[in-house]
Amino acid sequence: MATAKPGTGDQGLWPKIKWPLAALALVLLFNGLFTAGFFQVEIKDGRLYGSLIDVLNRAAPVMLLSLGMTLVIATGGVDLSVGAVMAIAGAIAALAIKSGQPLMVVLALSLGSAVLAGAWNGLLVCVLEVQPIVATLILMVSGRGIAQLLTQGQIITFSNRSFEFIGRGTFLELPFTITLVAGVLASLAWLTRKTALGLFIEASGNNETAARYSGVHTRLIKLLVYAVSGFCAGLSGLIVAGDIKAADSNNAGLWLELDAILAVVVGGSSLAGGRCYLLSSVAGAILIQTVTTTILRRGAAVEFTLVIKALVIVVVCLLQSEAFRNKVFPARRKEAT
Amino acid sequence: MNGRQLDLDQLLQVRGLSKSFPGVRALSSVDLTVRRGEIHALMGENGAGKSTLIKVLTGVYSRDEGEVTLDGRAIDARSPLEAQSLGISTVYQEVNLIPHLSLAENICLGRQPVRWGAIDWGLIRKRAATALARLDLSLDVNRPLSSFSIAIQQMAAIARALDISAKLLILDEPTSSLDSKEVAQLFAVMRKLKSEGMGILFVTHFLDQVYQISERITVLRNGQLVGEYESSQLPRLQLIARMMGKQVEELDAIGHNAATRAPVAPKAAFIQTRGLNRRGGVEKLDLEVRAGEVVGLAGLLGSGRTETARLLFGVDRADGGEVRCEGKLVSLRTPRQAIGHRFGFCAEDRKNEGIIPDLSVRENIVLALQASKGWLRGLSRTKQDELANHYIKALNIATSDAEKSIKFLSGGNQQKAILARWLASQPRFLILDEPTRGIDVGAKFEIEKLMASLASQGMAILFISSELEEVVRASHRVVVLRDRAKVGEMAGSGISEAAIMRTIAGTEPKQNAPAAPGL
Repeated sequence: MATAKPGTGDQGLWPKIKWPLAALALVLLFNGLFTAGFFQVEIKDGRLYGSLIDVLNRAAPVMLLSLGMTLVIATGGVDLSVGAVMAIAGAIAALAIKSGQPLMVVLALSLGSAVLAGAWNGLLVCVLEVQPIVATLILMVSGRGIAQLLTQGQIITFSNRSFEFIGRGTFLELPFTITLVAGVLASLAWLTRKTALGLFIEASGNNETAARYSGVHTRLIKLLVYAVSGFCAGLSGLIVAGDIKAADSNNAGLWLELDAILAVVVGGSSLAGGRCYLLSSVAGAILIQTVTTTILRRGAAVEFTLVIKALVIVVVCLLQSEAFRNKVFPARRKEAT
Repeated sequence: MNGRQLDLDQLLQVRGLSKSFPGVRALSSVDLTVRRGEIHALMGENGAGKSTLIKVLTGVYSRDEGEVTLDGRAIDARSPLEAQSLGISTVYQEVNLIPHLSLAENICLGRQPVRWGAIDWGLIRKRAATALARLDLSLDVNRPLSSFSIAIQQMAAIARALDISAKLLILDEPTSSLDSKEVAQLFAVMRKLKSEGMGILFVTHFLDQVYQISERITVLRNGQLVGEYESSQLPRLQLIARMMGKQVEELDAIGHNAATRAPVAPKAAFIQTRGLNRRGGVEKLDLEVRAGEVVGLAGLLGSGRTETARLLFGVDRADGGEVRCEGKLVSLRTPRQAIGHRFGFCAEDRKNEGIIPDLSVRENIVLALQASKGWLRGLSRTKQDELANHYIKALNIATSDAEKSIKFLSGGNQQKAILARWLASQPRFLILDEPTRGIDVGAKFEIEKLMASLASQGMAILFISSELEEVVRASHRVVVLRDRAKVGEMAGSGISEAAIMRTIAGTEPKQNAPAAPGL
């Protein structure tokens, strides 16, 4: 809850978000000391450039995915199909642009099919009661196939300035992607905290039976979160397509579902469902990208990237575990609860 | 060695045990002695420290201070597994076994016999059958646990504890889900184990059972030792008074008030079922509950009480019959439909069907009201705080504040919060399925008083309880079920434990509700 103050009660965002933020601060401190020019930001052609801006821009797709993923995970599910949905959205957008559709139609078609794809997952999960990991695995595999069929295995390049703006545009001197993420974050935060949707999502995820007995429409809630996850994935797919001015069905969003799940876990939401922390997941996504960028900036071998990333993530995940903290810092036990 | 000689009959000695949690001193310098071949009852209200004491003994919690001696040897179990190997076995209130595994696997889990490096399945089955045979049960040990009733699952948990050659057996509310025949069966086993020299620590809320089986009683209150008594020397009323820290006169007053409840003025039925039927649930049930009336639903475990509640709330769907609400035919196919008619339902299984464990007390309380308003019309935070604080105060829910996760509350307080959830949605018909199970005497009285006051404000209440005493005290009318069918109904002064028991037993001719005075 946004209202909980640091250190009061057992509820609230702060106990969860402090760990990814602390890790982020450490990584930034390291860069401040050892990576020359990491904090340098300069204005070129009316746009800010620098490693920090780059981190936010590069993290945008995963941030978007992690927002939808946070809601899905809060209901006790998981969405493995987001990477494939990115590819589908990109492919449909490219085809629509190629056939000369106006921007609004391009957006409606691509985002609409992404939402449909998400709703399909939701249907499998809440009506046919397929386990979420299996239900979304179906679309993870077949979805990429669908995208490849759409593009007939080719990379479809296009040129459309207004569409490219989604991935490459500058707004308020910042990459437009940052505005997109902020907009989606703000809308979802409003939906979950200012309407009762958040309560219903968390209740459905934490104890579905009890929520249903209390009159919560748990099936509809689940269907909704998968659709939202599909929407976020679609938007993320448009960013990637707009950025490279092409639909690459083989590589767009490949393995990004895993980064998104990681971001959520690093952010402190439990995979078992229940409490969700949108802002904390975004912090997790930024942390992951910062580590990646740091390694690249320092010119370390690419092979190191994954190992170091894994190390940072393992540490943050361990710190999120109360049981682990109590073991390692027994003195802190009293504060922890 | 001399010390051991003196303590020869003392199996478990706990001296000066203390345990604190942040903000709570759960146990403060508690003593407990269980002798060899003794059934020792541990009594106390919720928050008395019974569970904490048991968890320290079984190695779930580590203690802050104090000594524990088992069989003359100082012990300090660090884990449940270590406690088991020391000879302390526990059966918890809620069955803690694995539903998908077979009965045999559950009984031997963690101690599977191994032959030539592989699990010896034949021996597992034999050992499980032997352990069950000690409980006079003959069951197919290959069937998954989940295919058995809760009562049998509880027996399996006890069989599991027996399979571990235990010196001390701790039974934490083992009889909550058992019917009287099964309780008798369990007691027979407990007596047998006792004669074999085992010490049994028995935690229960059923006073009858305490007097029936235990020689000594240790009473805790608010984490402190009240005293150890011989059961035969402690009258029942005194025991309750010690547990509640109250005067005997006060308890008398409560009993008196309940007994002289005002009869309900004749009114049309708020809810009425005719021939309500569900295969494997209930058969052709005719039931009516009027506004302002508490109708008790009595019967043994498996008699169809819970099934009736689930049908009325739309959790299960009926395959025959009709339900009328205020004379109009209604469809009850989902809980949402039932809630639409302003029904509320406190389910029997509080942990799995009641609380949303990680959410705060406030969120748990506002949930049903918010769900009925829909997601767009969110209650403001101020309104939520107001509701939560109102009910925390009105129902006397013990919590440090409304933002605490409900999982940290004791059972009785969780139950009150669930009640608050429904009260906040202002239902006109409230179904309470075992609302007092596993909660302390004080909270029980509070819930009974609450029911009476809600009914007097015009609410229709269906009250299910396996404690006859409670049904008799709280109900204006009692409907008795046996083997999934209604076998009798009584009202007003016609309600008594004896009459209900006779009806259940079938020794009383079936009777329709007599036109009791004032009804």
